Amino acid sequence: MSYQIPKFRHPDLPVNELGYTRADYEGSISTLCAGCGHDSISGAIVRACHELSIEPHKIAKLSGIGCSSKAPTYFLGKSHGFNSVHGRMPSVVTGAAMANRDLLYLGVSGDGDTASIGMGQFAHVARRNLNMVYIVMNNGCYGLTKGQDSATADEGSVSKKGDANIYSAIDLCGTALQMGATFIARSFSGDKAQLVPLIKAAISHRGFALIDVVSPCVTFNNNPGSTKSYEFVRDHAEATGTVDFVPMQKEITTEYEAGFSHEVTMHDGSSVHLYKMEEDLNPFDRTSALIAMEKHRVAGDILTGLIYMDKDSRDLHDVMETSRRPLNTLGAEDLCPGNQMLKNINASLR
Amino acid sequence: MKKLESVNDFVIKFANVNGTGSASANNMFAKALFRMGLPVSPKNIFPSNIQGLPTWYEVRVSEAGYLGRRGGIDIALSVNPQSMAQDISEVEPGGYFIYDNTKPLDLRLVRNDVNIIGIPLTRICNEEYKDPRQRQLFKNVIYVGALAALLDMDFKVLTDLVADQFKGKEKLILPNIHALELGHQYARNNVDCPLGIRVQAADAVGDKILLDGNTALGLGAVYGGATVAAWYPITPSTSVVDAFEKYARRVRIDPGTGRKNYAIVQAEDELSAIGMVIGASWNGARAFTATSGPGVSLMSEFLGLAYFAEIPTVLFDVQRAGPSTGMPTRTQQSDILSTAYASHGDTKQVLLFPSTPKECFDFGAQAFDLAERLQTPIILMTDLDLGMNDNMSPPLEWEDGREYDRGKVMTAEQLEAGVEFGRYTDVDGDAICYRTYPATHPSKGAFFTRGTSRDEKAVYTEKGEEYEENMLRLMRKWDTIKEYVPGPEVVSAAQKTDIAVLYFGTSEESSREALDYLAKEGVHMDAMRVRAFPFNHEVKSFIEEHEQVFVIEQNRDAQLRTLLMAEFELGPDKLKSVLCFDGTPISARNIKKQINLHLDGGEIQPLHRSRVANAGGE
Repeated sequence: MSYQIPKFRHPDLPVNELGYTRADYEGSISTLCAGCGHDSISGAIVRACHELSIEPHKIAKLSGIGCSSKAPTYFLGKSHGFNSVHGRMPSVVTGAAMANRDLLYLGVSGDGDTASIGMGQFAHVARRNLNMVYIVMNNGCYGLTKGQDSATADEGSVSKKGDANIYSAIDLCGTALQMGATFIARSFSGDKAQLVPLIKAAISHRGFALIDVVSPCVTFNNNPGSTKSYEFVRDHAEATGTVDFVPMQKEITTEYEAGFSHEVTMHDGSSVHLYKMEEDLNPFDRTSALIAMEKHRVAGDILTGLIYMDKDSRDLHDVMETSRRPLNTLGAEDLCPGNQMLKNINASLR
Repeated sequence: MKKLESVNDFVIKFANVNGTGSASANNMFAKALFRMGLPVSPKNIFPSNIQGLPTWYEVRVSEAGYLGRRGGIDIALSVNPQSMAQDISEVEPGGYFIYDNTKPLDLRLVRNDVNIIGIPLTRICNEEYKDPRQRQLFKNVIYVGALAALLDMDFKVLTDLVADQFKGKEKLILPNIHALELGHQYARNNVDCPLGIRVQAADAVGDKILLDGNTALGLGAVYGGATVAAWYPITPSTSVVDAFEKYARRVRIDPGTGRKNYAIVQAEDELSAIGMVIGASWNGARAFTATSGPGVSLMSEFLGLAYFAEIPTVLFDVQRAGPSTGMPTRTQQSDILSTAYASHGDTKQVLLFPSTPKECFDFGAQAFDLAERLQTPIILMTDLDLGMNDNMSPPLEWEDGREYDRGKVMTAEQLEAGVEFGRYTDVDGDAICYRTYPATHPSKGAFFTRGTSRDEKAVYTEKGEEYEENMLRLMRKWDTIKEYVPGPEVVSAAQKTDIAVLYFGTSEESSREALDYLAKEGVHMDAMRVRAFPFNHEVKSFIEEHEQVFVIEQNRDAQLRTLLMAEFELGPDKLKSVLCFDGTPISARNIKKQINLHLDGGEIQPLHRSRVANAGGE
């Protein structure tokens, strides 16, 4: 069941440039477990979209199967949504994006949906640099089927049942980097201050933007010994730096704070400011990003924040040279060559 | 010795090695006869291999217009020592075996009831050409020249064809004509020309064209307004997307910007390909994929989603011999059941069965209208025989000004005007509901598409009665669909009869010919060609009106018969099977033989090709 959130709102709720309150970006009441990290991520998505003043109906939210993939019901109720089949959200988004290049495509997936059954499609959508935001709600386990380890569970991580995972973990950020993704970040559902600007930057990025969000499963994977529990993640998260997102409309008047490292102008004219970046990470260099990820993996930390960004990314439509007019707006007059051409073809076949 | 004698009526089979350039020479031969006004039906029988294995090219020539396989070989032209033993053994008594006698024929292969003709192709080439590649390529052209003399073909038609074929590469014209002449002269000077079998110009082709079904499908997708093609390479469907791309490049580049009014994505596998089609269609574009049996297996889960969530989806299945990898380069009609009920749960999928390139084009374009009108997958079922061989076909036509039927799509204006929107609400009583494209309206018309059960407003539900009501509506929609899909075609016998045949797709031509043979023997049968699933009431009445109906199809398990029995709740006695599943197109003689056997009271067993080849027919 989906339950609607009551429509009553405080009359003084802040509105964005479009006149929408944050409530206009919410969805139905969540049916996930109380305390589920996924709900915090949904909240961050709502806040990012509201603050960016994106028209809700210009967003398409798509997902696969699993707890994570149920989440799109709980945000952006005015957007079309598509809960597809397990592990296949990337292909559905790819088709949708081919049909209409003008929408914001928000893909939501989980660690089972992405790192196991959907690994192939994940790798290939990254490689094609489809213009989308791909959020993984990563809890290291299969929640809906009661807590089996997933492929992102760390080796040695102990599940609620008490068994230590015997397999090597798949690092989605590392995989995405190898596959050619052009924006890679990791965050923690419990750190909205970091997550919201990362989502905003991912939305502004033109190309494939992955945010791997560690999102503890309170029911099946929040126990001592788990490396995806709230406690463990809080203790072991190491941020690459601080990300601040500045929308294009705002004139930058303030002085940069101490520790300013980079300003990146995004495709839509907005900019991303990076502060206090980890000394030996250059987030615009793949090699540097790979080394940083590996260094933290060995140390047993969880590297969060912006890990890599290609400032000159060209998305799939760019490289395919498709029409700037969305293909779904073309009619018979644009698409059908008419009978004379058939007559010519017939003549060549005699 | 007996010599087969005929004018404009024979079967010739070329035995070549693949990768040696024989295909274009063989095509030239068939096209030349076609230009002489003769109906031809060339069929490539090729290996799943790029170079070095035996490959055959069988051409049926029939002034009477029979385009299916007849069965039996009247003339074999063998330039492949690997397959020579098989090739000579297949020749009809009194037929002709033409071979390269640069090396003498193995005496063990000699048949006294076959006319053996040697043309020293290798020797002629070695004397004429220094370059080994030229020797190989021109050998093929030389035997076409020799055939021109042996069969009394119009030599000028051949030379004109060469000129057409090498338009833009003019320096190749003269060497090719020279090679034709080399073969022609040798045959004229050394063999008693023409043979008992020969051709003469006729007027039996009219305005017909020679085209393969896959190209016609690709064109159908262009004309039908497809903008997104997602696919994974698989024989024998690959050339569908190749053709789509070829014509899209020609007519879909925006002249102002140079940008493409189409997108072709080569997917990582078939699951992804169909997922992209569903995503694009959901978002209001016309999209398609093309595949074959193994791809359909992989696409099944998504086909269930598209059925249940009611998303327009166009899939072209160019069938090949299964199961599993099967015989990838041989033909069958063996995906009928796996597509008709594709995916888990209670599903029924719409199938279209074209039988000519023109129908591939027509149904290919129509599939997009049907998919959007009916909001469900439309699976167009062709096969390797139709898809990859040049088939004689009525010309392609398009009615200028024809509009696309985009189906029931609620607009921003309607939503703004307060029209109530429920994605799965049957407001018109035809069980087809309105959909909205994403981004239609700022605050109205958004909904959640899902493969889980939901109510009429697309809200998730696990209430049994709501689920059941939706499933029953889908059954009512199935009835609506019957009014939209192409109906069957009936050919009535010359005399009233209570026996009939029923066939679909590429079994049509051979069936038609077999019925003519049977009629000459006094066996009259009505015929129905089924063109779509679901079957409509005409199919049911036709079966009911006959005591016995033979269902002719190219698979082992009588899949169409099973479908008819299941859908019409028929007992097994009413429908008898005529089957062929050796990977070659079903032949007229095979069909006749199986029907005769049954009518004589025998049990029908699918016959192996070699046992049927000499079964006689006329």
